[in-house]
Amino acid sequence: MDANLRQEIDKIVGLYEEKKAALLPVLHLVQDKKGFISPESEQQIGDILGVPVVHVHEVVSFYHLFHQAPKGKCHFSVCQTTSCALLGGERIIGHIKKRLNIKAGETTPDGKFSLSVVECLGACEIAPMMQLNKEYKGPLTIEDIDRLIDQNK
Amino acid sequence: MERVTSRHFGQENSHRLENYLKDKGYEGARKALTSMTPAVIIDELKRSYLRGLGGAGFATGMKWGFIPKDNPKPKYLVVNGDEGEPGTFKDKYILEQDPHALLEGIIITCYTIGSHKAYVYIRGEYLKSITRLQSAIDEAYKNNFLGKEIMGTSFDLDVVIHQGAGAYICGEETALLESLEGKKGFPRLKPPFPAVNGLFNCPTVINNVETLACVAPIILNGSEWFFKLGYMNQGGNRLFCVSGHVNKPGVYELPNGTTLREIIYTHAGGIRNGRTLKAVIPGGISAPILTPDQLDVKMDFDSLKALGSMAGSGGIIVMDDTTDMVWAAMVAARFFAHESCGQCSPCREGSGWVYRNIKRIYHGEGRPGDLKNLPGIINNIGGNTICAFGDAVTMSIGSYVSKFRSEFENKIKSEYAKTNH
Repeated sequence: MDANLRQEIDKIVGLYEEKKAALLPVLHLVQDKKGFISPESEQQIGDILGVPVVHVHEVVSFYHLFHQAPKGKCHFSVCQTTSCALLGGERIIGHIKKRLNIKAGETTPDGKFSLSVVECLGACEIAPMMQLNKEYKGPLTIEDIDRLIDQNK
Repeated sequence: MERVTSRHFGQENSHRLENYLKDKGYEGARKALTSMTPAVIIDELKRSYLRGLGGAGFATGMKWGFIPKDNPKPKYLVVNGDEGEPGTFKDKYILEQDPHALLEGIIITCYTIGSHKAYVYIRGEYLKSITRLQSAIDEAYKNNFLGKEIMGTSFDLDVVIHQGAGAYICGEETALLESLEGKKGFPRLKPPFPAVNGLFNCPTVINNVETLACVAPIILNGSEWFFKLGYMNQGGNRLFCVSGHVNKPGVYELPNGTTLREIIYTHAGGIRNGRTLKAVIPGGISAPILTPDQLDVKMDFDSLKALGSMAGSGGIIVMDDTTDMVWAAMVAARFFAHESCGQCSPCREGSGWVYRNIKRIYHGEGRPGDLKNLPGIINNIGGNTICAFGDAVTMSIGSYVSKFRSEFENKIKSEYAKTNH
């Protein structure tokens, strides 16, 4: 772990009354830098925050925004809950699967695309919607999906 | 109608401090900190009949009053911005478009309960909300609305944003505390209640974003003004979120007590494609579903409760007559099965069991026993778990099965007929 990252972690830890409470923001930071949380990162974070590595692993596996393997450059998180489903969310998900030839939770072999099917993202006013990397997108059409995939191939 | 929490929505740069200050910004906090005692503020809040708008509807003034005065430990305010109840997206609008309104509510609340530290827990995917609120916090520190001796008083306050990581259960207040302490989000057994033993084992108040955005206007305009905006035992307006099969989905601020019919047909533009309404969820996916004959219900905590449903988080999901209700029940059951935290067996096992059962019926693989077993499985989840998630499964899914039973029966009968002839 380089000195800069270590410094940023210490800054986050300083915001909390207890070191351990900084676990989620520290995991977000490390994942932002490295793309995912590796077993080595879990060990290092556990050492810094003074918690057993098994606790770090438990937290990483509980929250679905933490990844234990790299995601695609374009990561589609598509909503499958009621408001999106009512307006064709399942069709959007089906089309992405077909175009990319992957299942939910998978990444294309070239590492360019990955798909997560998720529950409500709190943007039902733009249903059917998804989060593409950091941005919310919707209402989505099949054409939007084709365009996004073609642009990022 | 006078808009309160959405009064700045849609204005250019509504999230910036200079804009907020133009409209009496931080004057409510100044009034509270310089001329009101905590006891007077709590009294004012009680008389405003502001109730928790995250979904529980608990009286806000009363909640603040539970903080023990003789406890030497630090006190905390935790803001619940983990907006995850399907159909709900209002807090995002406040966080993105009027973050200073939230901060002003935080200042007044912290002053009232004697807290010098507030954490704002925002769901992990709301990245724009987090950026906007962080900029507002930075502006507030620079202009002495946060930090040491704020606004020239002796009151100190720090505010920290805590980013969630994608777990619906963390919207449950004690799971949120666990998550804030760096743990997986397992709800805590109550008592002890957070007011006595909350974050880091200290007295803690947990309030929703929209609730806190109402606080400064109440202090500034008085409890009577706020009370009169609302209906019966619920003061003020509500940000109703409308989605699904309507022409104009979105957030609508309307007085509590507005009828569901008016919200859907007058404000959200009615049902799309000229179709008719078949069913509507009135308060987020956990709220029992309503049918067209129930549209004249007034939208407030007590009226919806009397009807056997709940006002919940204000998320209204509309379904038109093309909707297959077995499918809709399956989608809702899938949500619950996916988001059950796994702590209590009845919920962990039951939510998956319910989902698989309905999925089987929907896909034409249902057996007569499936529908017979379903109510039993559903009813053995609620009341048998640590948190209200189990009750939500029971009430929500139970309502699809009881109100649209014939659709479930028909699915089974027609498939049964096909395979046996």
